[in-house]
Amino acid sequence: MPDVKFTVDGKQLTAPAGTLLLEACKTAGIEIPAFCYYPGLSLQAACRMCVVRIEKMPKLQTACTTPVAEGMVVTSESPEIAQARKATLQLLLGNHPLDCPVCDAGGECELQDMTFKYGAADSFYAEPKNHREEQKWSPVVYFDRPRCILCYRCVRMCGEGMDVFALGIQNRGSSSVIAPNVPAQMSPDDLAHVDCEQCGMCIDACPVGALTSGTYRYKTRPWEMNHVSTICTHCGDGCKTTLGVRSTSDGSEIVRGDNRDKSGINNDFLCNKGRYAFDFANNEDRITQPLVRQPSGEMKPVSWEVAFDHVGKKFRELRDTRGGKSIGVIGSNRTTNEEAYLLQKFARTVLGTNNIDHHRTADYATFAHSLAGMTDRAASLKDTLTAPAIMILGGDPTIQAPATAWNIRTNVRNNRARLYIANASEIKLRRQAKAFAHIAPFSYGALASFIAGDDSAVDSLTHPGADAASFHNFRNAVRAEEQLLVLIGSDIRGGDLKRLLAFGTTMPNRKFALLSDYVNSRGAADMGLLPDLLPGHTTLAGNTTFAEYNAPSEPGLDMLEIFEAAGRGDLSALYVVGSNPVSRYGVDPSSLKNTFLVVQDMFLTETAALADVILPAANLYEKSGSVTNSYGDLQLVSKAGDRAGVRTDFEMIVRIADKMGANMRELIPFGKGPRGAGTHGDMGQSRGAHSGEADQHAVWLAANNMEPKLSPFDPFAILDEIQRLVPGYNLLRLQLLSGNDQHLQPAVSTANLVQISNRRDLVLPANDTLFTSGTLGRYSTMLSDLQHNESLRPPTGLTQIQTAAD
Amino acid sequence: MPALVSHPDEVKVVSRRFGMGATDIDKYVELDGYKAVQQAIAKGPEWIITEMKASGLRGRGGAGFPTGMKWSFVPKQSEKPKYVLVNGDESEPGTCKDHVLFLHDPHAVIEGTMIAGLAIGSKLGFIYLRGEYRYLLKIVEKAVADAYAKGFLGKNIFGTGVDFDIITQTGAGAYEVGEESALMESLEGKRGVPRIKPPFPAVVGLYGGPTVINNAETIANAPHILLMGGEAYAKLGSERNGGTRLFGISGHVERPGVYELPMGYNLKRAIYEVAGGIKDGKTLKAVVPGGSSCPVMLPEEIDIGLDFDQMGKAGTMLGSGGIVVLDETVSIVEFALRTIAFYQHESCGWCIPCREGTDWIKKTLTRVYNGGGNKKDVANVQYLAENMLGRTFCPLGDAAAMPTIAFVKKFRKEFEDYIEGNKAGTPIITVEQLVGAH
Amino acid sequence: MSTVANTIFSPETAARFDKLVTIYPLKRSALVPMLLYAQDEIGYISDAVVTEIAQRIDLLELDVHNVLSYYSMLRTKPAGKYNVQVCTNISCMLRGGYEILDHCKHKLGIGHKETTKDGVFSLEEVECIGACCWAPAIQINYDFHDDLTPDKVDVLFQMYRDGQGKDVK
Repeated sequence: MPDVKFTVDGKQLTAPAGTLLLEACKTAGIEIPAFCYYPGLSLQAACRMCVVRIEKMPKLQTACTTPVAEGMVVTSESPEIAQARKATLQLLLGNHPLDCPVCDAGGECELQDMTFKYGAADSFYAEPKNHREEQKWSPVVYFDRPRCILCYRCVRMCGEGMDVFALGIQNRGSSSVIAPNVPAQMSPDDLAHVDCEQCGMCIDACPVGALTSGTYRYKTRPWEMNHVSTICTHCGDGCKTTLGVRSTSDGSEIVRGDNRDKSGINNDFLCNKGRYAFDFANNEDRITQPLVRQPSGEMKPVSWEVAFDHVGKKFRELRDTRGGKSIGVIGSNRTTNEEAYLLQKFARTVLGTNNIDHHRTADYATFAHSLAGMTDRAASLKDTLTAPAIMILGGDPTIQAPATAWNIRTNVRNNRARLYIANASEIKLRRQAKAFAHIAPFSYGALASFIAGDDSAVDSLTHPGADAASFHNFRNAVRAEEQLLVLIGSDIRGGDLKRLLAFGTTMPNRKFALLSDYVNSRGAADMGLLPDLLPGHTTLAGNTTFAEYNAPSEPGLDMLEIFEAAGRGDLSALYVVGSNPVSRYGVDPSSLKNTFLVVQDMFLTETAALADVILPAANLYEKSGSVTNSYGDLQLVSKAGDRAGVRTDFEMIVRIADKMGANMRELIPFGKGPRGAGTHGDMGQSRGAHSGEADQHAVWLAANNMEPKLSPFDPFAILDEIQRLVPGYNLLRLQLLSGNDQHLQPAVSTANLVQISNRRDLVLPANDTLFTSGTLGRYSTMLSDLQHNESLRPPTGLTQIQTAAD
Repeated sequence: MPALVSHPDEVKVVSRRFGMGATDIDKYVELDGYKAVQQAIAKGPEWIITEMKASGLRGRGGAGFPTGMKWSFVPKQSEKPKYVLVNGDESEPGTCKDHVLFLHDPHAVIEGTMIAGLAIGSKLGFIYLRGEYRYLLKIVEKAVADAYAKGFLGKNIFGTGVDFDIITQTGAGAYEVGEESALMESLEGKRGVPRIKPPFPAVVGLYGGPTVINNAETIANAPHILLMGGEAYAKLGSERNGGTRLFGISGHVERPGVYELPMGYNLKRAIYEVAGGIKDGKTLKAVVPGGSSCPVMLPEEIDIGLDFDQMGKAGTMLGSGGIVVLDETVSIVEFALRTIAFYQHESCGWCIPCREGTDWIKKTLTRVYNGGGNKKDVANVQYLAENMLGRTFCPLGDAAAMPTIAFVKKFRKEFEDYIEGNKAGTPIITVEQLVGAH
Repeated sequence: MSTVANTIFSPETAARFDKLVTIYPLKRSALVPMLLYAQDEIGYISDAVVTEIAQRIDLLELDVHNVLSYYSMLRTKPAGKYNVQVCTNISCMLRGGYEILDHCKHKLGIGHKETTKDGVFSLEEVECIGACCWAPAIQINYDFHDDLTPDKVDVLFQMYRDGQGKDVK
């Protein structure tokens, strides 16, 4: 669109033709107030706050609906305009309860701010205000009708943004009200409710305190909290969530999650988990003391020193007597990259074993190897918002990757992106799809082959209701797209994934992403929590990049083999960090009876219950570091909450390594001194003022204008090494530390690229929904409440199709 | 059945078939019916629009927009189908002219719809009647069915190869739906909330297609204009206000009724001669000249021509032609309250100034009416109304604000006296009644 | 044969609805008339009416609620067999509309939006019904009765009680 020139308050401005005056002014730093306007949602012109004077127009005009025009002359503030806004505010306040002192939105309320600005303080009404009782629409959504100013943001957010349509406008005139989709008379408890995805976007959009969250309401005042932006621990999208924290007697408690600064990769969006499911951190069942099993079988609280001594001694003894290969290590999808990297390095260099694995929720090794050496083939989450065409093969982003689904809906709605979906289930996103290929159950392998050009695979896809021609039409339409973003569900893996990508990368302008289940599923794989691959999916054989590890060159035992070995009595020790394999893989508890089991966790999970030592761990909201989402977008994790008695996994690994007598400076590249010097002396927060020869790490740091890290507990010391060694992680430090996301292209050191083949398929999609989140989800009261809430009603609204009017 | 009235001053154009059995299609044809549309087919859209422009016909719904010009705004080429929409959602208090039109001459509405369709290149028209007019909808439905049976509607009408269809539609009780874009929303099965303009209906209207929407009386004039010629029609009225108009005179007059008078006809004469003067020999107190949204006029202001321009110049409006006459017994405080109560009830609630403004004016006036007023209330009511005026999403806010401002300004002393306990007129609404409906 | 299995409507109404959804460029246009016609038959917009109409037009029930709550003629509670709607807007008010309303209240022994015990009559004060020049006027169901006096109202009530009202639908 060509630019047009116009004038606002005497300032000459330009903006692309078609830009709304309100947006054009915002860009130029001129704020025009509005309640009903919300970027990206349909226009309302209902609140009349954005009225401005435009020359040659008889009445004040709404800036939210007026596109800029060449030569337009606008006044955005004047006594006339101020009076119009003030009068509107006076009308709103007339019926407003003015319960600001107790209102959740007090201090963060657009109505308060506007009143402060325009001074609508005088009241001339003698009539009583209309009072209505608050309504609990769901465990997380409450509605206080008297506070509602009827801006309809929530209605549009739910309908247009979420494609849920759980909120409507009912009655008319001064009786108008926002109404949920389960009316009182159709509800078992005779109260109105919302049947929806419980995302809380309506609350986020509400400019006042009419919609409040079940987790936060009446808990605190906004100014009593500190706000920390970090990354949600739940799904693989890795949304930024802002946690409001408040001091308590034993740390600092998270009281709220929201999306207040909207600076994250998720833009406006946050789902119910990012918003509410932080509450596991405050769960009373958290373990806050190290526990060591006594000969009697009883678990006894001990001091940290005793616990670390015990574990370090035992690990060292078992390594030295039965060999590193008798020890297994299981890592986590929810620890930071730094922790994952450190854990595998600890396993390979201190324990001396490649027996390391994690719960794999997607096949990133194949993904990385298939795209290695190519540029612009791996998509960012951001691409889902802008790609002109998107194909989703398998998976259900609406419930598994809600931000992905939000972006796609927004892209379809605002940019008319074309969406193609192939799935065995009629997933909700098909409503936005231009084409939906309904494939037969369990035919994702055939789907990958068919998409990759194997016509014979079509027979496996067909079923009554979908014939071969429909799949050919689908494929033809997709191939005709000049640019395409392909989102691959975790059902496609191994050879199927390889075939699909091998074909896809022969076509120009195709980008790919592989969706997985947890915040750092991708990072766990990238950091080498795998028995056969080093960090950056580097093969063990012929590896030179990690030569300094001196790691065993044969692949170690994978997740299942580790437990098989335990069952045979061949596993002397198992070190489980932030994972619950006993439950996830259905491990027979008795198989671990001859294994020294150390578990780092927050809760007494099925795995922790079998442990010889339990070390109480901090969760992702209680530490710093980085995580990599499904798409390879790297983001900073910042410490928000704190709980007395727990330690980060990073610190615990370091302490155990130290107790084993490991060379700290080889494990953690910190300080300036010569390797191995003064390790114990430097275990605190020393200045690291050692003289002598700079180590390899320090040389590299100096070459990159970076300061050496001062403490072995500083995750950024390991980040330096990740940056130095791990293919694909050549990140921009400033970008990361300023809280911005950056997209990493998968890279494998091609110098020693060895074809990997015949890997066992150990991908086990978690199949979490909006209201589950693996083992962790069980400790979120809010998620449990929401599951219970779901079970109360038959699924109705969500499965119905909304027919668009145009 | 509403009684028909007549007066020698009447110039019957759109009402010429009233009382003549023209609901019967044969009778209608006998009385020159469906001639104009056949001429229109033969002579084409440009001729129609030329004649309509020449007629000086202005919208009879109340806004008075020149009809020929409105039709000419519809783009000739359009990807989406074009539509003609007849607004029979007559709901402005004081207005019942379309009621009589549908009752006596439904075919004129149908024929006018067809002519509008031909003018803009539309093949489908809708006639929307307010829900309360069910018995009139029946009459229109029968007329449409008869026209189909005769081959006047449907495929290949009059054997000319032209197609045109008409769908009749009922509302379900909402004044706001009389606003053109709200009517389109209602017709699309939605809440009757107006749309953001621009785009205007002529460009993006019903189902997103270019749409001409006209009041039923406006549309019914089209066949007459084509038959008599635009210029001849124009000459019947006053300057820039062509033709005649159905005026409904109600309230305190001897012979209330719907009369067809030339545009520019004197208001005072309409009340005193045509409608027989003030009922029971009482004295005139005020006139609401064009439906309840028009600012009230004092007796000394009514020696004026009834057309859009003269009424506008006098600070009021010609509106929908519903002249409501108030005699000396009326309490203006009560009348103002009853008026705002209506707008409060009918506000769609979309925008803040109208939703909250009508509500607060009504609440305040209710208190005043019940004897709890104080001196500030008069100023407050005026402040509220003046801050609604021109600030609302659609004209309903203005329709509520304008009469309120006029009542308060022109009868300020009566309001103040009322608050002092010195009540003029004879209030009739009981407190209990006020609590009832409103 | 209705396109909806187990319709709650009479065969005639069901058939009418089957047709109604086909005549418009978009079938949602059938919503407002359908609600009114459904009310004519069932007496009010029951939950079952909402459910079936939503199904017929492929709308969410919430959408149907949103729309039906907007229009003042649509009700979600039963009314009397004959719903007496008294206009008290300005033209009627000037010519005795409130007197008629009071008379109806007294005569029927009910108030605004109430129904007589025998279910025959319900009463409602309504806004302008477009009979200003024949005021005061009322509607009983869809029938207009104008130029009324309390005596004429008595006659009307008796007529309806005797089953002799026009009762246009």
